[in-house]
Amino acid sequence: MSARSPSLIVGVALVTILVICAIAGPLAVHVDPDAIDLAKALAAPSLAHPLGCDQLGRDVLARILWGARLSLGVSVGVVTISAVLGTLIGAAAALAGGRIDNLIMRGVDIVLAFPGILLAIALAAILGPGLIDLIIALVAMGWTGYARIVRGEILTLRERDYVVAAETLGARPARVMLRHLLPGVAGPLAVQATFGIGGIIGAETALSFLGLGAMPPTPSWGNMLDAGRAFLLVAPHLTTAPGVAIGLAILGFNLMGDGIAQRIGVD
Amino acid sequence: MTGYIVRRIAAVIPVAIGVATLTFLIIHLVPGDPVVAMLGDTAPQADIEGMRHRLGLDRPLPEQFVSFLCGLLHGDLGESITFRRSVSSLISERYPATLELAGAGMLVAIAIAFPLGFIAGAKPGGAGDVASMGFAIAGISIPHIYLGPLLMIVFSLDLRWLPLTGRGGFAHLVLPAITLGTALAAILARMLRQSLITVRESDYMRTALSKGLTPRAALLRHGLRNSLTSVVTLIGLQIGGLLSGALITEIIFSWPGLGRLLISAINLRDYPLVEGCVLTFAMTYVVVNLLTDLTYAFIDPRVRYS
Repeated sequence: MSARSPSLIVGVALVTILVICAIAGPLAVHVDPDAIDLAKALAAPSLAHPLGCDQLGRDVLARILWGARLSLGVSVGVVTISAVLGTLIGAAAALAGGRIDNLIMRGVDIVLAFPGILLAIALAAILGPGLIDLIIALVAMGWTGYARIVRGEILTLRERDYVVAAETLGARPARVMLRHLLPGVAGPLAVQATFGIGGIIGAETALSFLGLGAMPPTPSWGNMLDAGRAFLLVAPHLTTAPGVAIGLAILGFNLMGDGIAQRIGVD
Repeated sequence: MTGYIVRRIAAVIPVAIGVATLTFLIIHLVPGDPVVAMLGDTAPQADIEGMRHRLGLDRPLPEQFVSFLCGLLHGDLGESITFRRSVSSLISERYPATLELAGAGMLVAIAIAFPLGFIAGAKPGGAGDVASMGFAIAGISIPHIYLGPLLMIVFSLDLRWLPLTGRGGFAHLVLPAITLGTALAAILARMLRQSLITVRESDYMRTALSKGLTPRAALLRHGLRNSLTSVVTLIGLQIGGLLSGALITEIIFSWPGLGRLLISAINLRDYPLVEGCVLTFAMTYVVVNLLTDLTYAFIDPRVRYS
C-alpha cells in the first residue's frame, strides 16, 4: 500500500471541514437559524443568503451549520457510548467464556436480527422524539458491532505468544487486559468507529426525516430534507443543501475509514 | 444435506423467539404509557382504564406475554386500534408491495454491481477500476433520503419520463428501485472486486492461463464462478440494509408497503400495529438469512460439513 493514500487525505479533509463547520460555523455566521421572514420564503440562493431561504424564510446556510453541529454531536456521542458499551460487553463475553459468552452472543444475534435502523425506529417510536431518546435508540442499535469485534479480537489475541508469556510471568488478568489485549483491539475498533460515525449520521438523518429524531424547529439535515420535499419543483435548493451535506459528511468518514483500514492493514 | 437443513432451522428458532420477546418488551416495557399517548393527557380516567382493558394492558406483564406468543403461533397479531381490523390482514395487504420493491432493488443492485465489480477486479488500478470504485464510494455515501428526491427532480419533474410517486406498473417501480438498489450495488461491486482480486492469485487461475486462456476468458469462466459463492453469502448479509432502505424508500415515494404502514402506525400511536410491522420486518430478515444459508450450502458442498 502506498504511504500516501488519497482516500485518507480526502477523507480527513472532508471530516476536518465538517468539524470546523460544526464548531465555528454557528459562531461565524451571525444569522439566527430560527428567524422567520415570510417575505423571503423559498428565496433562491443570493449574496445575502448563499444557500437561499426555506419555506418560512429562514436562512438555509445557518440551518445547515447548526444541523452539522447536531449531526456530528449526536453521531460522535452515539459512537463513543456504543464503542465503550460494546467493548465492555465483548470483553466480558470473551473473558467469561462458556455459558455467559454464549448468552451474550445470542443477545447480540437477536439485536442484529432487526434489519438496519428498524430497532432504532421502534425504540424512537415508543420513547418519543427528543435528542436523548434519539441517542438511546441509536446506541441500542449500534453497540453490537463493537461487541463482536472486541470479542473476536480478544479470543484471537489471547493465543498470541506475548500474551501467553505475560500470563506465564504472573501478570494479573486486569494488567493483561489493559496492557496487552485492549491495545491490540484498538486498530480494528478505530476503523469500525470511523465507519460508525458515517453510519450513525445516515441513521440519525433518516430518523429525523421520518419525524422520529430531532423535531422542528431544531435544524437537522434530516428534517430539512423532509420539509424541502414539498417544494422540489419551486425550490430544489431546500433538498439539495441538506442532501449534499449528508452525502459529503458520510463520504468523508467512509474515505477516512478506508484510509485508516489500509494504513493499519485491517480489512 | 438434510442434517444441515435441520440444524440450521433449529438454530433459527431461539433467534425468532428472542426477536418476538424483544419486540414485545420494547412496546410494553419502555417508559411512557401507550394509552395516555393515544388518548392524550387530558383524557378522562375512565376512558384510559377502558382502553387499557380492551387492549389487555391491565393484565400482568407475563400473562400478556404468554397470550402474545400464543397469538403469534396462530398468526394472530391482535387488532389495530385505528383501522379496527386485524393487524395480520393489514400487513398481508401491504407485504407484497414491500417484497416487490425489495426484489426490484436487489435486481438493480446486481445489474449495476456485476459489471462494475468485474471491470474493477479484472484490472485493479486501471482507469476502469478507479471509475467503478469512485462510483461505489459515492453510491455508499449518498443517502436514500437525498437520492430519492434527486431522481424525482430529474426524471419526474424535469424530464417527465417517470411517475413521481405511488405504486402501479413498471414505470412506478423504476425510481424507487434505483433509490433502494444503489447503495447495495456499491457494496456488492466492492466485494466482487475484492473477491476477484483474491481469486486471481489462485492455482486454478494459473492453470487456466497456462492452458492458453486469455486473462479475460479465464476470469469470466473460472474466476467469476468462484467469486459468486462468496458474493451470495454477502448478499444475504446485506438484506438487512435492503429491508430498512425499503422502509425509507416507501416513505419517499409514497409506496403502499409495510414501511409506510409502520410509520403511519407510529404517527397514529397504533401500538398493536407497530408491534406487528416491526415483528414482520425482523422475521422476514431472519427467514431470508436462513434461506441464504441454505442456498449457499446447496451451491457449495464444503459448507454442509463444516
